Amino acid sequence: MENKLLYSIAATFSDVNKTIDAVQKINEAGYKNYDVHTPYPVHGLPNAMKLKSSKLGWVTLVFGISGALFAFLFMYWVNVFDYPLIVGGKPFYQLPAYIPVMFEVTVLSAAVFTVVWMLFILFKFPNNSHPLIDTDYMKRVSVDRYGISIQANDELFELNKVKEFFKSLGAEEVFEIYYKVDELQDRPKIFGKKFISFLVLTSVIVSAITYFVLNQLLFMSPFNWMHKQFRLNPQTSTTVFKDGFGMRTPVEGTVARGYLPYPFKGKPADAEINLINPLLPTEQVLNLGKSKYLTFCSPCHGDYGFGDSRLKGQFPNPPTLHSDKLRNMKDGGLFHIITDGQNVMPGYASQMTVDERWAVVHYIRVLQRAVNPKESDLR
Amino acid sequence: MSHEFQSFEVKPLPAKFKKIAYGLFFIGLVLSVLAFVVDSHRALANYDVIIALLVSVSVGNLFLFSIEYLSGAVWSTVMRRVNEIFITFVPFVFVIGLIIVFNTHSIFHWAHEEAVKTDKLLQSKSPYLNQTFFTIRYFVYFFAWSLFAFLMTKNSLKQDESKDQLLTYKNSKLSAVFIPIFAITLTFFSIDFLMSTEPHWYSTIFGVYYFSGTVLAALSVLTLAIIFLYEKGYFGNVLRRDHFYNLGALLFAFINFWAYIAFSQFLLIWYANLPEETFWMIHRWQNGWEIFSFILIFGHFLIPYFSLLSQQAKSNLSRLKFMAAWILLMHYIDLYWLVMPSLYKEIVFGWIEISFIIFAVGLMLVLFIWRYNKIKNLVPVGDPKIKRSLEFHL
Repeated sequence: MENKLLYSIAATFSDVNKTIDAVQKINEAGYKNYDVHTPYPVHGLPNAMKLKSSKLGWVTLVFGISGALFAFLFMYWVNVFDYPLIVGGKPFYQLPAYIPVMFEVTVLSAAVFTVVWMLFILFKFPNNSHPLIDTDYMKRVSVDRYGISIQANDELFELNKVKEFFKSLGAEEVFEIYYKVDELQDRPKIFGKKFISFLVLTSVIVSAITYFVLNQLLFMSPFNWMHKQFRLNPQTSTTVFKDGFGMRTPVEGTVARGYLPYPFKGKPADAEINLINPLLPTEQVLNLGKSKYLTFCSPCHGDYGFGDSRLKGQFPNPPTLHSDKLRNMKDGGLFHIITDGQNVMPGYASQMTVDERWAVVHYIRVLQRAVNPKESDLR
Repeated sequence: MSHEFQSFEVKPLPAKFKKIAYGLFFIGLVLSVLAFVVDSHRALANYDVIIALLVSVSVGNLFLFSIEYLSGAVWSTVMRRVNEIFITFVPFVFVIGLIIVFNTHSIFHWAHEEAVKTDKLLQSKSPYLNQTFFTIRYFVYFFAWSLFAFLMTKNSLKQDESKDQLLTYKNSKLSAVFIPIFAITLTFFSIDFLMSTEPHWYSTIFGVYYFSGTVLAALSVLTLAIIFLYEKGYFGNVLRRDHFYNLGALLFAFINFWAYIAFSQFLLIWYANLPEETFWMIHRWQNGWEIFSFILIFGHFLIPYFSLLSQQAKSNLSRLKFMAAWILLMHYIDLYWLVMPSLYKEIVFGWIEISFIIFAVGLMLVLFIWRYNKIKNLVPVGDPKIKRSLEFHL
């Protein structure tokens, strides 16, 4: 047997009780590096082998506690520092609400990391080579026999002595198990060309099939409830109402907020008595009045109210704003003319808000006083 | 793996144990009667707690007994006779509980007619919470429990003599009928005896909360009794690590279950923040009652949780014995915490409470001795599962 080393001497047994007795005797004889293989879990075997209880529980504990801590700290950071939101009138830091999440993350992290630790640390995944794999011995004990294998690296190991020991214990068959060193070191390479190209090919095929099946054969639009809503768009018809109009007119007499109807329509005398300018002639109000006057009034009345229209006869020129009649007219009268119109002039209620009209009244007073100043102004 | 034949006939309990039991019982009885004379209101409230504790121990064991039949469990068959000892407490609890039924006026606010007249909420709850219906319900609960306790223990004892396998089948059928009845009666019992001390409160999870404590109390007395008998050598060598491990694992599981249910109740009340629910929690978080709330969080969950977490701890007899006694005490405190803050604004705990604890412990020990002396075999020798149970391996 060139290039091959002895791994162990293994023996098969036909009876489970005989196996357990044999294990106890092997233990008494002082062998340490041996293992037992059975086709199903045998109760009492760990006791007979005097195995210490697994340390894996500590891994579970550590990862469970770290999961709880992580969940707590993460939620604390999110709720208190990163994005504080008031939910249900509760404080930002609210331990009772964290506990269910902490519980779930504890269970998840403990379970997942126990399995991962077991696979990658204890089972040394992806290394899958072991001298016992693919031997006649293993083929027997994974079907209908119980087996014990005493390893060659045990201190008490002596080839013939072990073989005879097994026979004295009542073994059916005794195997010598050899292995090649290079075979044992031949681990699958994750970044090998073969493996990577296989991975890429598989992922491309799987993605293509998935795309074809889900998007072409059985297309189901995900979340169609966002763009197909039970709602009427403006200017569309409906079968809900008899007249077929999707948009409804407001109830008769409805008044929009801030748009009370003008009560003195066609009653200039009443308006002059009853209306009082609600605004004070502050700089801000006068600037507003000036801007509105220049936009809406000046085309006919002229920039300074002299009735010098820029429209060159397309409309009849209005009278000057500096007449005695208009200078003595109360604010309410002017407001009424702007709102309701007079003679050829239309009402400007739809162009200017109430406040803007009052501001224009103030500005007209400014123009009037500039043309006909008081004595005190000239001093 | 063979067991030499051995007799499982009961051996008499040590005289010292009997002396202690009777001593505790009489001291407790005298002190409790004295308490009734000194402060009958508080004594009755304590008595209510004790009745709930005894129901936990006796009816909880009846539950464990039926679960064994229903699940076909093998490991617990050796311990079933000890189970049956506690089950036979049920009729005694019925008799001593009658004192509460005829004195509802002292501890239950809903029993005050003049208070109900002016209280809309109590009026709408009065079709359920009234003296007549309360008494009827009390009789129904204990009739159902006693009936099943009697039938099932009788079958189990008969099997010792006749070795008839059909009796196991009969008991399984009885258990299947009993479990839903148990769920309903225990829920309403907890509402009547514990929750209705605060008749204005709402909680839909209360029955489950009491159930979780009930199973814990039943398991802990069972564990205590079995370890006591085992250490005195009464069980011979039939019990081993694997049996005790299962007891410990069940205790551990129900500690988690209790915490889960207790926290569920708290979380919903805390989140919804409705005044008709929160006031109950607020009572238990002020005027000294928060001490009891903290004792429950640590003593009823965290300490037993970490004590029983590791695999070795669950089969370590001295640890298991201590934790079982500890959990029984915690269940008492849990019940005390449910009842007393509803009746007393400020924290109360003194000689009256301790005398009732002594009374309850003494009563349980005396009943245990009485029943123990009546049974013939400590292990149900006629059960078809007994051989597998004796050879039980994890």
